[in-house]
Formats: sequence, C-alpha cells, structure tokens
Amino acid sequence: MCLAIPGKIVEIFERDGLKMAKVDYGNIFRETCLEYVPEAQVGEYCVVHVGFAISVMNEEDAQESLALLKEISDIEEELGKEDAP
Amino acid sequence: MKYMDEYRDAELVKGVIEKIRRTVTRPWVLMEICGGQTHAIVRHGIDQLLPPEIELVHGPGCPVCVTPLELIDKALAIAARPDVIFCSYGDMLRVPGTGRDLFSIKAQGGDVRVVYSPLDAVKLAKQNPDKQVVFFAIGFETTAPPNVMSILQAQRLGLTNFSILVSHVRVPPAIKAILGSPSNRVQGFLLAGHVSAVMGYWEYPPLVDEFQIPMVVTGFEPLDIVQGILKTVELLEAGKIEVANAYSRAVNFDGNLPAQKTINQVFEEVDRKWRGIGMIPMSGWGLRPEFDAFNAEKRFDVEAITADESPLCIAGQILQGLKKPHHCPAFGKQCTPENPLGATMVSTEGACAAYYRYGRDRIPQVLLADN
Repeated sequence: MCLAIPGKIVEIFERDGLKMAKVDYGNIFRETCLEYVPEAQVGEYCVVHVGFAISVMNEEDAQESLALLKEISDIEEELGKEDAP
Repeated sequence: MKYMDEYRDAELVKGVIEKIRRTVTRPWVLMEICGGQTHAIVRHGIDQLLPPEIELVHGPGCPVCVTPLELIDKALAIAARPDVIFCSYGDMLRVPGTGRDLFSIKAQGGDVRVVYSPLDAVKLAKQNPDKQVVFFAIGFETTAPPNVMSILQAQRLGLTNFSILVSHVRVPPAIKAILGSPSNRVQGFLLAGHVSAVMGYWEYPPLVDEFQIPMVVTGFEPLDIVQGILKTVELLEAGKIEVANAYSRAVNFDGNLPAQKTINQVFEEVDRKWRGIGMIPMSGWGLRPEFDAFNAEKRFDVEAITADESPLCIAGQILQGLKKPHHCPAFGKQCTPENPLGATMVSTEGACAAYYRYGRDRIPQVLLADN
C-alpha cells in the first residue's frame, strides 16, 4: 500500500490550480502532483505514491550509501577468500 | 530504472548479508512494521538468506489488512446505493466484509471503480454532477497527503457531490501498542521508509527512549532491506539505543513539512479500531468537524454499523508478531487468497498471503511466546 517508485520529472505544468508534472518511470510517462514538493525541478527524481510526489531523491546521499555498500561487499568478498580452505 | 536497479544487485545484497552474519553474536527478533517490506522480504527470500540468529516478525503495516470489518461493511452499504460511484484503491476490492466484498457489489450492478490516484475520484465527481462520488480513503501516513488533497481540491472546485470514507491509521501508536504488550518479543524495529518520507522520524526518539530498543528507517528494495537489518543488528550488538536512517536518499529527519501541514489542516487524531487487534487509542486520523460536508459516514448515515470478526482467524496475533501465518489451523485450508477469512490473506502485503504465495508453510516451527 505504501509502495512508492522513483521517477524523473520531465515537464512541470499547472492544472485546476495544482502544480503537476509529467514523470518518466523508465519510458512509462504518468502525470504526478507536485504540490508537496514545490521545490522540485525538471531533471530531478522524486518518490511517487498514488500519483503524488512525496519526496525528492537526494542524489548525494544515494551515491554515498551505494559506495558504502559496495565497500562492505568488497570487504566481505576478501574475508570470504581468506576463510576458504 | 535509476534508484531501483542498483538496489537489486544480488552481489551487493550477498555482501551485506555476509556482514550481518559476521556481526551477529546472539539471537535477535526484529520487526518490519511495513507490509510492503514483508512482501519484499518473503518474495526475495531475504528471510531465508539471513543467519539463523535473526528472526524477522511481521508487523501490522498493511492498511488493507487492518481496516476494521465494520468500515468495510460501511463501504459496502454506500457502494450498493444506485446514486453512488464508489472509488477505491484496487487492493480493497477483495477484502471481505461480513459475507460480501466490493467485487460482489460491482457484480450486482454497483458502480465500483478502481482509481490510481484520489485526484481521479475528484475528476469523476466533476464529470458526473448527478452522482455522488465517494472515495475510500484508507492508508498510513504515506497515503494521507494524497487523500487529504482530494478534499481540498474538491472544495477548491466547489464540488458538493464528493466525499470520502476515512480509515486512516498511524505507525507510531501501533509500535507503542506492540512494545507495550506484555507478550512483546520485538528487540529492534525496521521503520517504514515511505511513511518516514512524509513524516520524517522525529516521532520515534521518545519511543526509543521509553522502550529502550533501536529503530532504523528502512527502504523497500532488497539492498535497502538488508542495509536496514545490518544497521539494526550493529546497534543491538553495540548496545546502542537510537534511531538511525538507512534510507537517506528518500528520507530526512523532519520529513515533508508541506505534507504534514496539509494533513493537520484536514485530519485530527482519533481512536481507531485495527482489524484483528482492536482499539488503539489515538492511532488514526479522521476528518476535522469543519470538513463534515465531505464525510461519507455522516452523509450516508452509516456511522452505526458494527461487525464481528471470524473466530477462526488469528490475524490479530500475526499482526502483532506473536504468531506466524503457518501457525494458524485455517492457513491454506479454510483460508486461502481465493477464499480469505481475514484481511492478512487478502492483500498481497498481508503476511498470510505472502507466506502462502511463496510457500513458507513448511518452515520448521520457531519457538513462540505462549499466549
């Protein structure tokens, strides 16, 4: 129910007084309401739930955490080799 | 898709699970509160890849599962009216009320429609001025901002034929109820990532202090989930009692302030009955009195409807992490996704449906609390 997926904002417009966007989910385009992320810009990725963007993806944090996870994975692989008979 | 594919990298997941294996020195019981995470854990087999010391129990974070029976009955009563177009998220249509569900209302000629967004229901109200359009506003904190926006938008457009049937629930009071139970076994919590995207995680430090257990904001992809588990295990092993964030690309401490402000403008905290669990004080949101005109319960006079649960179903104990789905005598026999006795078997996010679908009925029995 609380599933939300990342999408890329490709166009911002207004309809019936609401800030809306065309959002690209890997070449599937859907309209998304941006009322709760008024600072969002074209080109940014947002987290979308039932047609509403609920947060803007933090690129810097995403890169940092992925780098950390890759490091963990590399270290474990090394340790695994040491454990091998 | 960027921000999804890189979090499904099997090699990285394996590496993080290895690290969990090296970190853990004793048994720990963790609860993922969110049904979306339950589904992902069972689907990707994360529960079976973890070291045996880590037991995951599944929480009540599935709004479809915890919507009380009488609210389903109220929805059925409204949806059966000839003057109503009843709009709902798709996963509510098969949830059994007392003997019927929204699909059977539709089969009998009721105008029941699945919508992707609450704004679609507002659009239907605008297009059908001679009909009453009712939207079934269920969900946790994640779904509250979209649901309340439908009311504000209907108000802005001057629509008098739009109302919502509200059954909103909140995560922190549920966590408090679980941890406060004398039979609680949970030692660490994975907090629901998208609830936190809206609400931040400023509500949790007092709970962490009160119950002395760590909590970690966790996302939904396999790598997010194992990262959340690793962080929780690291805190537990180090004896650190704090709230951490393992989903920082989408969540910050304060959360989405415009969304929180809008929720508080339309909703107020109310006592809410959870299906299978019972009343949890101040655990839900309801419409503020100034929005009575948009309150479907009042508009269609269904407030007095009450209902009783099936005595066979142990969903309440499953939703509190006290039992696993395959401990229920009805599991896979009288109760299947095709013929569900309780909501945990209906929704794909319900623990029973996930266990049934991914063949978790043959797991050796773990030692469970007697109650």
